Amino acid sequence: MTISFLLLAAITIIGTAAAMTLKNLVHCVLALTLGLVGLAALYLELGAQFVGFTQILVYVGAVAILAAFAIMMTRSAIPTLSNAESSFRASGSLIAVLVFAVLAWAVYTGTSKQAILLAPPEGSVAQVGSALMHHFVLPLEVIGLLLTAALVGAAIVAMDEPRAKQTRGRQ
Amino acid sequence: MSPLTGYLLLSAFLFSIGLAGALTRRNAILVLIGIELMLNAANLNFIAFWRYGPHPEALTGVMFAIFSISVAAAEAAVGLSIILAVYRHSRTTNLDQLNSMKG
Repeated sequence: MTISFLLLAAITIIGTAAAMTLKNLVHCVLALTLGLVGLAALYLELGAQFVGFTQILVYVGAVAILAAFAIMMTRSAIPTLSNAESSFRASGSLIAVLVFAVLAWAVYTGTSKQAILLAPPEGSVAQVGSALMHHFVLPLEVIGLLLTAALVGAAIVAMDEPRAKQTRGRQ
Repeated sequence: MSPLTGYLLLSAFLFSIGLAGALTRRNAILVLIGIELMLNAANLNFIAFWRYGPHPEALTGVMFAIFSISVAAAEAAVGLSIILAVYRHSRTTNLDQLNSMKG
């Protein structure tokens, strides 16, 4: 339990909790960005540089911007009925609290109480790249194919259909 | 409390926040963000177990986290484009109003 861990954990928890509770959706995405930056810093603190920088590039750089664009394009930022809380608020929160209680109980009883003092492992970017190019080269190709297919599919799904354009022109 | 316990507790809390958001918020984009938070909590577990596990030189946890992040990115792109298509069709992203297939 170091000071840096507590600080980064507080930043992450504040950011993600604000992202799930704020009313304005644009504020939600901004708070989510803060939480994801805190999480990336936690990865760096754990010694996983490559994952930390990937987290910043993918989540802070791409996913948050994508969510912000989706909020703008669906006019969700305008406070209307669509932002209202649902009737599941109490039961959903209760389920989440129960899940956290079970997970925390399992963590407390399952892990050893002594602090493990291991030397920080060598997870340098060069080692990760070498492992990706030698041992994990087939999964890397498969994930590249999956990303290409997903991005082409996403573009096709989000594309404006000509039929929809005609009906909108008629209205 | 050992460092591993701290990271696992933080990860469990992140998962619960994401679950609460996915269950209580009614905007489809926020539900998707909640699911992303749950995936992030799992990634934090992978990295924590890699750092404090017995064989960190194998880099298994790091590799799993990298592939998990790429799958999550693909999921976010496809999910947001589906939300855009649904919005174009029904003019709303409120999940309570998207009930035309309810029996």
